[in-house]
Amino acid sequence: MTTILETRSLNKEFGAVIAAKDLNVQVAKGEVVGVIGSNGAGKTTFINMVTGYLKPTRGEILFNGKSILGHSPRAITRAGMARSFQVAQLFPDMSVIDNLIVALAAAESPRPSFLSPLRSDARIARAEEILAEFGIENYQNSKVTAVPQGARKLVDIAMALIGNPQMLLLDEPTSGVSMDEKTGLMDTVMNAVRQHGVTVLFVEHDMDVVERYVSRVLAFYSGEIIADGKPAAVLADNRVRDLVTGHRPTHKKGNGAS
Amino acid sequence: MTSLLAVLIDGSIYASWLFLVAAGLTVIYGVMRILNMAHGSFYAIGAYSAASLVGWYFNNGIGPAWISYLLLVGAALVAGLIVGVIVERGLLRLMYGRDEILMVIITYALLLILEDTMKIVWGVSPYFAYQPYTELGRTAFGLLKVSNYDLALVGVSAVLGLGLWAWLERTNQGKVLRAVIHDREIAVAMGVNVRLMFTITFVLGTTLGALAGALTAPAISVVPGIGIEVIVLAFAVVVIGGLGSIGGAAVGALLVGLSRAAAVHYAPEFELFVIYGVMSLVLAFRPEGLFGRTMARKI
Amino acid sequence: MRFDKTEISLALVAIACVLFGFVSPGWLIFLLTIALAKALVVQGVVMQMRSGLVSFGQGLFYCIGGYTVGMGGQFFGIHDAIAALALGMAVAIVVAMILGLLLTRYRDIFFAMLSLAFSMILFGILVKSQGLGSTDGFNVHNWTVFGWAPETGADSQQTVFTMTVLAGLLIAVLIHRYTKAGIGVICEAVRENEVRVEYLGLSPRWLLYGNYVAAASVSALGGGLTALATGHVDPEMAYWTTSGEFIFIALLGGLGHVAAPFIAAIVFSVVRTYSIEFVPNTWQMILGFTLLGVIVFLPKGLWSLVSREKSGERT
Repeated sequence: MTTILETRSLNKEFGAVIAAKDLNVQVAKGEVVGVIGSNGAGKTTFINMVTGYLKPTRGEILFNGKSILGHSPRAITRAGMARSFQVAQLFPDMSVIDNLIVALAAAESPRPSFLSPLRSDARIARAEEILAEFGIENYQNSKVTAVPQGARKLVDIAMALIGNPQMLLLDEPTSGVSMDEKTGLMDTVMNAVRQHGVTVLFVEHDMDVVERYVSRVLAFYSGEIIADGKPAAVLADNRVRDLVTGHRPTHKKGNGAS
Repeated sequence: MTSLLAVLIDGSIYASWLFLVAAGLTVIYGVMRILNMAHGSFYAIGAYSAASLVGWYFNNGIGPAWISYLLLVGAALVAGLIVGVIVERGLLRLMYGRDEILMVIITYALLLILEDTMKIVWGVSPYFAYQPYTELGRTAFGLLKVSNYDLALVGVSAVLGLGLWAWLERTNQGKVLRAVIHDREIAVAMGVNVRLMFTITFVLGTTLGALAGALTAPAISVVPGIGIEVIVLAFAVVVIGGLGSIGGAAVGALLVGLSRAAAVHYAPEFELFVIYGVMSLVLAFRPEGLFGRTMARKI
Repeated sequence: MRFDKTEISLALVAIACVLFGFVSPGWLIFLLTIALAKALVVQGVVMQMRSGLVSFGQGLFYCIGGYTVGMGGQFFGIHDAIAALALGMAVAIVVAMILGLLLTRYRDIFFAMLSLAFSMILFGILVKSQGLGSTDGFNVHNWTVFGWAPETGADSQQTVFTMTVLAGLLIAVLIHRYTKAGIGVICEAVRENEVRVEYLGLSPRWLLYGNYVAAASVSALGGGLTALATGHVDPEMAYWTTSGEFIFIALLGGLGHVAAPFIAAIVFSVVRTYSIEFVPNTWQMILGFTLLGVIVFLPKGLWSLVSREKSGERT
């Protein structure tokens, strides 16, 4: 089991506010990790630090054994870690397929060409492929602003995936999507992801979604990780129930806890 | 030694003039987030109004000299008020909410319109109203002779700066304005008449600009184009001090004023662009200006 | 090398223009030359607008291009027009590479104001340099093209016109390809969502830098051609109101097509010539109202300028 991502005593303070306290996490290659916690618990702060958007106050971050502390989002993406966003970050005036082609070209080379056309046949084909994987080929030529929310989140994730990252961080992939669409969306995403052999970590509020896909759960509360382990164990943990999920019977997966 | 004194005096005089010119610009930006390119035009309108009024006053031998100072200020206030209200209500109001950079271009269009409006109203020949300037005589600082009018301007500038600061910090009106700066939406939700605040702010800004022009008029010949030269200077001062900060504008004005005076006395080739040099230097190290956005709350 | 429809159309128009030039009166040729040369400067402004930056100081490179051509002849014995134009572009590139290091750290009004400041610095330097004629500037003459020197004024005009049309064609085709290439599309992406571009593994700053330098060279070419056409350069070229004119033309034409700046520049020049002749004290007012009109009623060119990803919930 190789560790692809590791954080050691990661801390983030905004003045008097402690957004992250002593986070120690190890993600193994190939794992699918779910991150839960109420709003303000530090989940997005964690992702922002790991992807270089925020500089930690203290601590260390290792990707594939090498320190990425202080690296920019650009460098970290090129190292193989991609992410999607809570609010889909797209290029609003461009078509869906253009968004993907830009992502693809960016992944191919940090130096864009000055004269040869961006929309080459090869890139178009690859973009169409991934659109099909995500089931949104109908929106191919639509301007992003004309595309529904769920599809936009898929585009956001597809853009992260098209660069063939080793690890994918998804920040609330189903947020803003209606209840009945959530499962469909995650099914699509996880299918596509599995085909690429990517390590995944995603933030999610819906416990059903979490239970369905992950092999491991991290529970955040007030900047700390209060539980880390198999879904059944974490979701049955009393502290987690007190502070994050609430006390309710968990159904399906038959974990036995009341 | 005389050189140093000259630099200090010259620098302070120039700095106070710069502050007078820049104050209105930074107030408008602080509250409305509009970088008003037409600010120089309001300056020019103030200068023209004052010069024509005072010129008429003296040419017809109407009364004693001291009244002309009141006329200067009066002309500026009236001109600033009228034009400010017309522009804010008639034009800007229709354009709110657009990108900051677009507002700059809109105010640039306004500048173009106002420049020709002035040519139509006042013609292209120069206006002179030197009497208020010469009336006050000069003071000698050793070998240096300094105009008392210029010195008086330093005083006016300081009083104005303090007054603005006090109004914003101490009065209820000022506090409401600062609330709007902090968070427009919440201010509206709290029942603040933000539209009225915007009008008040804009008119305040343009009147300050007009006042700067009016007070400068006795020292210059008022011709088309004086506003255009002034805008770039005002911008530089405001950007150096931090957009929206009155204290910053004062510091920026001092910095630029003294640098320019030093250049004039020791290295005249650099006089014209010392201000841009200072601006580039400040921005290279403090991209938000010396007192940046954080001071915008205190405006 | 395949040429698409647009490029072929541009070439045909260019050929037509050159031929038209041989049968047109001098004043018209002069007007068109100035307009097309200005359009080249505007192309530089447009390139930056596509990446989300408004340059209020493009006059800097316009002036550099013009003065280099003039100085090449007067002081360095470079009489070949093509060489001088190329030299102007080279100088602009060097200056842009230096200034760009500072400027690309900024956006919005700071970028606009800083670019304005730099052009005013050049203005100040030129006004204070007696050797370069101070506010009067100096004349540009005695130039040759591949060894051939135009004998009459009319010949001279004709030559510059042809050169300008051909330069315009070359730049238009290059820019056309540029906007469809990686750099062009990605610069627009930077305008639309800079954070996302970073997260795709690219550096918005260096992309804007490359774009800035390229734009500078194009504008310098416009300046050099203007110097040849008018036979004169002066510091006014770097004054910020000159840059304002370029912005006006850029907005008038819009960012949608590479031919737009050329058309807008011609319209601008024609309207200006007649305004100044018939209603001299209202030319600026006309400009101002037209600008407002374009902003309010013809936002298409402006739309892409202002529609950034301004989501309040950016991570």
